[in-house]
Amino acid sequence: MTVQTRYEAVIGIECHVELKTRSKMFCACANEFGGEPNTKVCPVCLALPGALPVANAEAIRHMIRAGLAFGASIPAFSKFDRKNYFYPDMPKDYQISQYDMPLTLGGSVRYWLEDGTLKECKLTRIHLEEDTGKSIHGGGGDGRIAGSSFSLIDFNRAGVPLMECVSEPDLRSAQEAVGYLEALKRTFVQLGVSDVKMEEGSLRCDANVSIRPAGSTELGTKTEIKNMNSFRSVLRAIESEIERQIAVLESGSRIVQETRGWDEGQGVTHSMRSKEEAHDYRYFPDPDLVPIEVDAALIDELKKTIPVLPPERFARYRGYGMDPKQATQLVDNFPLADYFDACVAAGANPQASMNFVLSDLSRLANETGTPVNESAVTPEALAELVALVESKTVNSKIAKELLERMWAGEGSPKAIVEQEGLAQTSDTGEIERLIDEVLAANEKAATDYKAGKTNILGFLTGQVMKASRGKANPALVNELLRKKLE
Amino acid sequence: MNDVVKRSAAEIARDVNAKRISARDVTEAVLARVDEVDDRLGCYLTRLHDLAREQASRVDERVAAGESLPLAGVPLAVKDNMCLSGTRTTAASKILENWIAPYTSTAVQRMLDAGAVPIGKSNLDEFAMGSSCENSALGVTRNPYDLQRVPGGSSGGSAAAVAAFEAAIGMGSDTGGSIREPGAFCNVVGFKPTYGRVSRYGLIAFASSLDQIGPLTRTVEDAALAYDAMAGHDPMDSTSIDRPVEPAAPSLREDLEGLRIGIVKEFVTAKLGAEIDALYKRAYAELAKLGAELVEVSLPTADYGLATYYLIAPAECSSNLARFDGVRYGLRVDGADVGQMYEQTRAAGFGPEVKRRILIGTYALSSGYYDAYYVKAQKARTMSAQDFKKAFEHCDLIAAPAASSPAFEFDSKSDPYSMYMMDYYTIPMSLAGLPALSVPCGYAGTPAMPMGLQLAAPLFEETRLLGAAHAYERATAYAVEGAIAV
Repeated sequence: MTVQTRYEAVIGIECHVELKTRSKMFCACANEFGGEPNTKVCPVCLALPGALPVANAEAIRHMIRAGLAFGASIPAFSKFDRKNYFYPDMPKDYQISQYDMPLTLGGSVRYWLEDGTLKECKLTRIHLEEDTGKSIHGGGGDGRIAGSSFSLIDFNRAGVPLMECVSEPDLRSAQEAVGYLEALKRTFVQLGVSDVKMEEGSLRCDANVSIRPAGSTELGTKTEIKNMNSFRSVLRAIESEIERQIAVLESGSRIVQETRGWDEGQGVTHSMRSKEEAHDYRYFPDPDLVPIEVDAALIDELKKTIPVLPPERFARYRGYGMDPKQATQLVDNFPLADYFDACVAAGANPQASMNFVLSDLSRLANETGTPVNESAVTPEALAELVALVESKTVNSKIAKELLERMWAGEGSPKAIVEQEGLAQTSDTGEIERLIDEVLAANEKAATDYKAGKTNILGFLTGQVMKASRGKANPALVNELLRKKLE
Repeated sequence: MNDVVKRSAAEIARDVNAKRISARDVTEAVLARVDEVDDRLGCYLTRLHDLAREQASRVDERVAAGESLPLAGVPLAVKDNMCLSGTRTTAASKILENWIAPYTSTAVQRMLDAGAVPIGKSNLDEFAMGSSCENSALGVTRNPYDLQRVPGGSSGGSAAAVAAFEAAIGMGSDTGGSIREPGAFCNVVGFKPTYGRVSRYGLIAFASSLDQIGPLTRTVEDAALAYDAMAGHDPMDSTSIDRPVEPAAPSLREDLEGLRIGIVKEFVTAKLGAEIDALYKRAYAELAKLGAELVEVSLPTADYGLATYYLIAPAECSSNLARFDGVRYGLRVDGADVGQMYEQTRAAGFGPEVKRRILIGTYALSSGYYDAYYVKAQKARTMSAQDFKKAFEHCDLIAAPAASSPAFEFDSKSDPYSMYMMDYYTIPMSLAGLPALSVPCGYAGTPAMPMGLQLAAPLFEETRLLGAAHAYERATAYAVEGAIAV
């Protein structure tokens, strides 16, 4: 047993995700990334004296849908609370958040690892809050507050709706943490509740990491890792932190409960002097906002808007024989996955349609710039084509040609096959006649074959196929040729 | 003094709409009155000559174009905790001494839309915290009945302005008595509608769950007119009530036949001295003479009102006033770092009473004390509301003193508690969110100073309340007898 395997990591993730809404959480300002500083602001999100918040109904619906997607319970009654602390880019010097009555409770996130293993991580809660502005430190200090001579604040982001997802400490490795985050991301994107662009800061996460002797059920002292700006940095930061904690324990020291920042350049976490040392946030219900009442009718209405979710798809696609990478790619291409599912629903053999969707159709989409789901090839038409191949009515070569013609808008493959007599022929007499013609025209090839150059069979098969205008059953051609030549 | 300034809002609006006088002429007369007396009275922190003339001209144009405006040309005092775009809006605090509001509060806008003419921004206790206007950091307001005495507070500027004919309607805000008590002290009608009837959008918050805007006027009819103009749902304030407002002006009555008026057993006026006891007994007898049936009702938890209020209101204010941090607007006292800047700005910007309440509130919300103070106070508040609900099973209105004494001399309340006691009779109604008003009911003390009778109604029963107050006012006419000193 190596040092590493003697320990088990216990990881929980807190994740902030900016919701995709037309307006900010508590005012009518546009919820858009970027723009000239302080142009998407109003009395409310600047916290001018007298301004009042009004909750964004779209954001609340997004939250409920996210909760439903993870099987969370949606309490009938929820409320907003104020989290009080001073910070220059937080205009009111309190954040409107949810303390003890969040919009969603519990639920779990199903995710998978690169090798396709399906896993599950329980959620503690998802609650709704508002984002802060952004501080920009200037005059030396390389953008850091230390060494800068002045700070500017851009409040465009202040008041953007933010959901905070808190997981249980169910994750056991950095890979699991990333798998969990990827599952959150693809679910939010598929639901349309967030764009989840880490590079724009619309998903930000902290990890609580501790280790314990393998097999133990007690929790070790945890550290909170901040400043991870990509899934890759989450992976590296957690791995590095686990290594560090193991080294600390192995050296006979103890883990100190603290906040640690991930240093991307050096590849290590370092102790941060937390700005929130022993903070008492003095949470209390926000008297400017009325409680949120969620009735059963709304939940029923929103349930109907929940699509087939990634884990379910992934498992099904794996069952069709896709490898984890293929399945993941298709799951993450929601329109294509919807298209694929529609083909299957239209009766197409899953494996056969998977090949068309992942190879030929994807290639055509790339070449033409038209997404598959917007192309002229309807799922029903593809199902028809797959059926033609399955029944050996057409061979694969004709099938590819048909697909191109369907893409070009020629409609039903069955109709084309019938009109043009493209159905594959297995008429032995007809094929033998063609073989005789071909052998007569290629005497040298026939002689070579008999002399042992058996690989010339492929050439001869091709010639027969050509003579049949592609309609001959290639397997039959092959078989009959062999007989004739031997 | 041009006698036009003595006319009621109803008379002015009627005459301006009938084109018997122009809004511009009314405005000039009132501005002249302000310039004549306000250096001595100090009702206004900012006089708005230019804006008043502009608005008066606009009103005259609208009337000339055939419009009839409910408050055409009515001179208006706007309490300086309400935003009026382009005007200095200070909350009588050093921290906002030079802040120009970039937007207009909903209630003020509704008054302007109804044709009222803003004469000035009136003085108040800093952030509406106080009962005498002595907590204003920016000016002294004197009681028009005796310049050695306070006008009450916190809406003392608006009350004094209306009493001294510097406006026909004063806009006030009432958190624990801040309209009713100065109304009583200045011998005018002070009316606090049901919590949520008038939008708080643009009212600089003191205690969000209690703050309510309402009018101070010389007649009940004017209070009804002002209420009809300012009340109603506002999508910018989540706590504003979304239900129709029954116009009060047409429902004013001349008698109290068929009304049961509750006298609160626990409010023993004998404690206020023989003279005041006799005055209130006379007032109750006057109600009976008008046909009301007097019934004794009990508010068992009323005595806890003050303690409850002085936990909830400071708790909310400690959070509401956090935004005054020197970052975005208002006073900034630079420091070595942002923390020091906060400390120095707030130390210099807030007066002693504001600091006291921020400290009390911060304490009440602190971890370890929250349940003992804030949560318990919320429970007491619920009980107080239940007390009223039970009492109103036996009566239609409740009658009580509006303040514990007549207006007192400057600097005579040496400790905060004796000042807080001024609101002993108004706070319970505030905690329960009830509509309540004070109407002049005679004089007490030497020199004889005005006293107010408080009437309170069940939630949303403003029409009943104003109707009864009108009957009492018509029968007694104590305001008409008043003799002001300027």
